[in-house]
Amino acid sequence: MRVHFKTSYEQDIRFFEDRWTLFLYASLVILAFVLPYIIDDFYLGEMTNVLIWAVAGLGLMLLTGHTGQASLGHAAFLAMGCYAYHILVKYGVTFIIAFPLAGIITGVVGMFIAIPALRLRGIYLAIATMAMSILVDDIIVLTAPWSGGVSGMFSDPLNLYWIQIDRWGTPVAFYYVVLVVVILVTLGYANILRSPTGRSFVAVRDSEVSAQAMGVDIAKTKMLSFALSCGITGLAGALMGMFSGVFNNETFSVVISVQLLMMIVIGGLGSIHGAFFGAIVIGFLPQFLSISKGWVGDVIGGSAVAIPGLEFGVFGMILIAFILFEPAGIYGRWFKIRTWLELFPFYRKGMFKRQKSFLKTERLQ
Amino acid sequence: MDFFQLLVSGIANGCVYGLIALGFVMIYKATEAVNFAQGDFMMLGAFVMIGFGNSGYWGLPFGVAIVLTLVVMGALGYLIDRLLLRRVAGESQTAIIILTIALGFVMRFIAGIIWGHSPQSLENPLAGQELRLAGITLGMEDVAVILVTVALTVGLFFFFGRTKLGLAMQAASQNQLAAYYMGIPVKRVQGFIWALSGVVAGIAGILFATKGSVDPTTGLIGIKAFAAAVIGGFGSLPGALLGGLVIGIIEPFASRYMPAGYSQIAPYALLLIVLVFRPSGLFSQLRNKKV
Repeated sequence: MRVHFKTSYEQDIRFFEDRWTLFLYASLVILAFVLPYIIDDFYLGEMTNVLIWAVAGLGLMLLTGHTGQASLGHAAFLAMGCYAYHILVKYGVTFIIAFPLAGIITGVVGMFIAIPALRLRGIYLAIATMAMSILVDDIIVLTAPWSGGVSGMFSDPLNLYWIQIDRWGTPVAFYYVVLVVVILVTLGYANILRSPTGRSFVAVRDSEVSAQAMGVDIAKTKMLSFALSCGITGLAGALMGMFSGVFNNETFSVVISVQLLMMIVIGGLGSIHGAFFGAIVIGFLPQFLSISKGWVGDVIGGSAVAIPGLEFGVFGMILIAFILFEPAGIYGRWFKIRTWLELFPFYRKGMFKRQKSFLKTERLQ
Repeated sequence: MDFFQLLVSGIANGCVYGLIALGFVMIYKATEAVNFAQGDFMMLGAFVMIGFGNSGYWGLPFGVAIVLTLVVMGALGYLIDRLLLRRVAGESQTAIIILTIALGFVMRFIAGIIWGHSPQSLENPLAGQELRLAGITLGMEDVAVILVTVALTVGLFFFFGRTKLGLAMQAASQNQLAAYYMGIPVKRVQGFIWALSGVVAGIAGILFATKGSVDPTTGLIGIKAFAAAVIGGFGSLPGALLGGLVIGIIEPFASRYMPAGYSQIAPYALLLIVLVFRPSGLFSQLRNKKV
């Protein structure tokens, strides 16, 4: 078991607890970089998809997991980032400028949307963001001259000066582009979390009233959280557009919003790891289902029947199981297992037991 | 007369939204949880009714089918509380929101397996009958929807405000622990409210199925019912009905008088406007939260 005796604040906010952790993450990054030489193009495509979802998950995680504002409308920001990037590219802006710009545009729009949303909390915020997500479909149709509306838009290969990268032609290069974005976003995210800003996010999540008492400006903090969250989501949206190659008004439906929220819950709310774990579940569930469907078909002897809506049915059941048995998600479970191993044989049963809480109304008469 | 025709069809649609919104509001009033699966609950109610009543399935007499449907839906509501919601009591609202959304997915999936994905409608004695009144033609289904909804809202309003059980429910939502101390069987009360909301969803489903066809994605109109509940102010039963009527009436008029493309935006735009300018709805119960 490793014991950290912290002697200074510097030590407390270090990126990595010790050399061993640094070594683990470094080897993970190296593994990610050599991955194209290990797996074939199909699985590399799937992996790229997972990484893109992880970026989107990080975006929502900042808002929901760390600031405690449930959003059912993040597909709207995915769409915004995607369209912003592709429209910029259409007007001849190069990738290096257009990509960050798409994130910034989405972030600024998100900040303005946050102003009315500041007055809402809990379910009201969830419903308002959901309504926004539904409206995006119609807004894209109405702005057809720029967005292509129902007929959609095609994603041009991205131009990186000396090389043309597109998802089908050069999957390996596209994977590296996504990987670099993922690493940068993750580093930035981790950096925010150890700064006063990140701590004020968490303070707002845990108790708005206490945060206010400690001198945190709630409105400013929430707006900043919205802006950063939407910005990251916008980047993910741009990548998603490049990945799918073609997209229209129905690509970023409200279902995607819901899926995104569910993803970070399955992964584990309030942790960077959670976004990645959740993305792995989301990314590989369809593959897993189609493989197991074939397997079930073999066992029963009939043909593999296609059951419409199976994916969402299974997804819903997994989610219910998580909320009931492991509300902290995959990362929470992993954390418990790790603690058990580290403390062996001194792990006690009640270690992570949460205090029973009782419901109190938000409506006061 | 065109105007009245639109108005009546809007009111009838609005009543269905209002009924679903009633389901949300009831559960919110009594348990402070929001059931995002209420629309799918209604869809399930409609399918259960079709399963009992249509000649293609069991073909039971209409009245018997209604009673059986309400019993099944009530039992389902109770089971959902007993097996799922009771375990997450006291968790954050995000957890409950996600739990009920996931429940909606599962319901849609199950309904798709049992009754298939093609639209079906209910065989009912009211079909095709009309009521002519001062030059306006009303479908009997619309009249039935309006009457049942108004009766149900009035009944529930008095139930919550006047009866001992109704007051116990409100107390349980405001402070669970204090309600326990005052001798209210909080768990049983919450089980009862979920059963009741199952019954309301069943009624909404039956009425919806008499008016039009149902398929597993029908539950998505629950989103419009959300708009209704928010406009009325979550936590107010007459508000829910009123909100439903507002949404229901706006829809046909928007599609008639507004340019294409803008009309389907109208309900959601209204929802956002209400949330921005009067975040707690028209009949507000929300006050500032204390520590």
